Amino acid sequence: MENYQEVLFGSSSSSGQLASYFINSLAITIPSVLFPLAFASLAAYALAWINFRGRDWLYIAIFALQIVPLQMALVPLLKFFSTGVTLGGVTVMPAWDLVDEQKFAQVWFAHTCFALPFAVFLLHNFISQLPKDLMEAARVDGATHPKIFRTIVLPLITPALAAFGIFQFLWVWNDLLVALIFAGGGNETAPLTVRLAEMAGTRGNEWQRLTAGAFVSIVVPLIVFLSLQRYFVRGLLAGSVKG
Amino acid sequence: MAVFTRPRQALAIAGVLGLALSATACGTGDSKKSEKASSPECAPYAKYQGNDGKKVSIYASIRDAEADLLEQSWKQFVDCTGIKIDYEGSGEFEAQLGVRVDGGNAPDVAFVPQPGLVKRFADAGKLKALGADTKALAEQNMPADWLKYGTVNGTLYGVPLGANVKSFVWYSPKTFKDKGWTVPTTWDELIALSDKIAASGMKPWCAGVESGDATGWPATDWIEDLMLRTQTPEVYDQWTTHGIPFNDPKVAEAVDKAGTILKNEKYVNGGFGGVKSITTTSFQEAGVPITNGKCAMHRQASFYANQFPQGTKVAEDGDAFAFYFPAIDPAKGKPVLGGGEVVVGFADARRCRRCRPTSPPPSTSTAARSSATGSRRTTSWTSPTWPARSTSSPSRSCRTRSRSSASTAPT
Amino acid sequence: MDFDFAAEQPKLLMLMYGLIAFAVVVGGLLLLLDAVPAWFARRRDAQLIAASASGAPLPRRPKQREGIFALFFLLPTVLLLTVGLVVPAIRTTLLSFMDAGSVNWVGLDNYSWMFSEGSIVRVLTNTLVWVILVPLVATSFGLIYAVLVDRARLEAVAKSLIFMPMAISFVGASIIWKFVYAYRGDGEQQIGLLNQLVTSLGGEPKSWLQEAPLNTLLLIVIMVWIQAGFAMVVLSAAIKAIPADIVEAARLDGVTPWQMFWQITLPSIRPALIVVVVTLSIATLKVFDIVRTATNGNYDTSVIANEMYNQAFRYGQNGQGSALAVFLFILVVPIVIYQIRNLRQQREG
Repeated sequence: MENYQEVLFGSSSSSGQLASYFINSLAITIPSVLFPLAFASLAAYALAWINFRGRDWLYIAIFALQIVPLQMALVPLLKFFSTGVTLGGVTVMPAWDLVDEQKFAQVWFAHTCFALPFAVFLLHNFISQLPKDLMEAARVDGATHPKIFRTIVLPLITPALAAFGIFQFLWVWNDLLVALIFAGGGNETAPLTVRLAEMAGTRGNEWQRLTAGAFVSIVVPLIVFLSLQRYFVRGLLAGSVKG
Repeated sequence: MAVFTRPRQALAIAGVLGLALSATACGTGDSKKSEKASSPECAPYAKYQGNDGKKVSIYASIRDAEADLLEQSWKQFVDCTGIKIDYEGSGEFEAQLGVRVDGGNAPDVAFVPQPGLVKRFADAGKLKALGADTKALAEQNMPADWLKYGTVNGTLYGVPLGANVKSFVWYSPKTFKDKGWTVPTTWDELIALSDKIAASGMKPWCAGVESGDATGWPATDWIEDLMLRTQTPEVYDQWTTHGIPFNDPKVAEAVDKAGTILKNEKYVNGGFGGVKSITTTSFQEAGVPITNGKCAMHRQASFYANQFPQGTKVAEDGDAFAFYFPAIDPAKGKPVLGGGEVVVGFADARRCRRCRPTSPPPSTSTAARSSATGSRRTTSWTSPTWPARSTSSPSRSCRTRSRSSASTAPT
Repeated sequence: MDFDFAAEQPKLLMLMYGLIAFAVVVGGLLLLLDAVPAWFARRRDAQLIAASASGAPLPRRPKQREGIFALFFLLPTVLLLTVGLVVPAIRTTLLSFMDAGSVNWVGLDNYSWMFSEGSIVRVLTNTLVWVILVPLVATSFGLIYAVLVDRARLEAVAKSLIFMPMAISFVGASIIWKFVYAYRGDGEQQIGLLNQLVTSLGGEPKSWLQEAPLNTLLLIVIMVWIQAGFAMVVLSAAIKAIPADIVEAARLDGVTPWQMFWQITLPSIRPALIVVVVTLSIATLKVFDIVRTATNGNYDTSVIANEMYNQAFRYGQNGQGSALAVFLFILVVPIVIYQIRNLRQQREG
């Protein structure tokens, strides 16, 4: 237990301070799951059920963006935050200039960007399989798209949302690279993974404390996974039954 | 370490942060002014008063216990001036620093362990040259040789922070005494001892070069040490400045010389396996077998004193200690290889943080220095920009330096 | 033990701001989309009433403005993707035609370097091996496992076990496997599981991660270990969704389990199989963490994503790193084409 006490609540660089990083992880992960979920389901619905020109091409383009390695997106995105956007001398968006815990916003933004292509792919796969009759009946009744989305589609795709939610949760919780760049490494913003990676590099001789730390970081994803597992199964199920 | 004496160091460092702050553009402003500001121990920092609540961000590769020491070392400065220092140590330092600088999110100050990296940023115009004040202080307090490591194309960009003496071989005085071995003072004695130990059934050497992104640097230390022992310092400098090809025959000779020990199946790798296991053994654990009798000698810099398991007595009559890595050619003197970080400031650090210490605060000398601002990651094996390395010239003065470090390092 | 809870409060406050921002953005968007058409509808109603009252000709029914809805539904996604991925992709492509410091244009130099440098060709072939083996092995393993545990006792437990590796990060999984592959010299106590096994069978311990080309296969094992769970869960769900009457009918016809698998199960779960294979292929093309953690690309195990990172960030060779990234974009083209075909079929059918 002493190991746990020390890794959790010690306050020097060499002790764990994990409690602080744990809170950072939570603060990073929750919004980073919610934003892509909402945006991707809206987009996936539009791509599947609203008729407009070029929608198939747009979908394919978003799908293809999955391949862009996030390592190559780090520098431009960091520039976007630190210098803003200027087009032809006009400042379209000023620099963010965030300090301390405000940097969470950068991390949310980055994770949301990187998650969207896969999220749209997965949810589109699901939403486009919903019965056509259902949609047409609703349209005939005069329901608008937002209404159909809220009252018909959302309840039907809850399992898919839960499924993607788990994926995204696991990904963000376990992410190291994005956090390193956009959150920095201090105990004000860095998540558990960053801290553990540091401890792993320097604690060759003190495995017991590292394993205590590793355990703390694995417990949460396991709880989330085990409690949402049912949704996960059903979620992907419905998406893939019909061709 | 012993390269700078303490008072000198304190002075040198005093200059450092001052400059940094001269450019400070803004601060959070609401931090409480330190009450101690007027106390005598704060006198050296008088120049930096009035920056209460401002922040300086420092990024480096030094982590964990050593980072604790660093933070301790500038605590007094922080208390006196109310300036907040955001320190971040990262194991991904070398790669991440580049990303942050390219992304316009450079730290105010970085401790860069590779002269090659300093050059890369300086060439790209990312670094801020030292101001006149700091430059004067640095020149006053540091040997010109050392300032070379922070100079690119004639402009001084940084000041060395920590120094490590690398020409050390760690061994166990206890084991040596039990077996009746004596510490070798010449290369021939070293090889004779290695043969003797190997004949006794023990692997005389252990080595490990795994170090994440910087894997390979302990091997480059070997080669550099042997370059200094087989070639003149001039040749070494030509090598680091690319005056001779990277794979010049003279260099190949040094590599082969290192190979006579490192690639000798009879000699390595005590406690870990064969020659091949060197690349997969981490530098942190590579010398530990000395303490359990699995291996007799481990060449590593002075910081390694901190890497032995808890309870290891590091002393001349203890479980572990170091001797000078012997010279080969007496005509070339006793060269010492050193390594360290260079403190540099970035030109486009974030707008609201323009505070730029050009070196760490004055007290760095005390706590951190004596034990371990180890630049363990001074080079990367694969780095295409071969880092210029600190080569102390093989003179008598160097010899005394190495002596004194040998005695201070294992404290 | 001087943990300060007060110091943590700003973080929780920030989290709250984030959640509020989420509610405002998403709620606001939906509300807007609801309110605006409703307002137009009311106005039209009013016009209709006014028109019928005054006996004027009825206004024409306005054309449905589907595009507007689509625009708002897609706006957040398209904006974020533009900033986060499209701009970087374009930038990377441009950089790949420039030199290391991104100053001068060098034409196709970086690409010719890529195909002439022996070690890079090795990286490309390694990636090819990965992208062929991982989807194939992970999917088949997942499929076989799913079929076997289907309706078995303790099915949920069996499935959880296989899925568990997904909950561990790639980095964590690689560290675990590094221990499995760990090596100590002959005669020493072996700390690696694999070497313990080999020595207990009387074999010679080996430094597994240094034995090319075997080491690439050993790294692939890690990826399969992680991704087989993903494949299994998706496919198992699909198997469960095969209508019971079809299975029953087949059974009454007396088909063997073998025929059942090939003629009933496999065709029924085809869409799910496609999802799995496509997802795994893309994930494999981008594989980075495993190689980086286990070998850092040494001993001939590097793959494109890893080499790209090393070139661009460790060696300061922006042009060469970018060229590798662009090659990655090109590798995904076959998958995209396949996806387009799929979409067409779906629209027609």
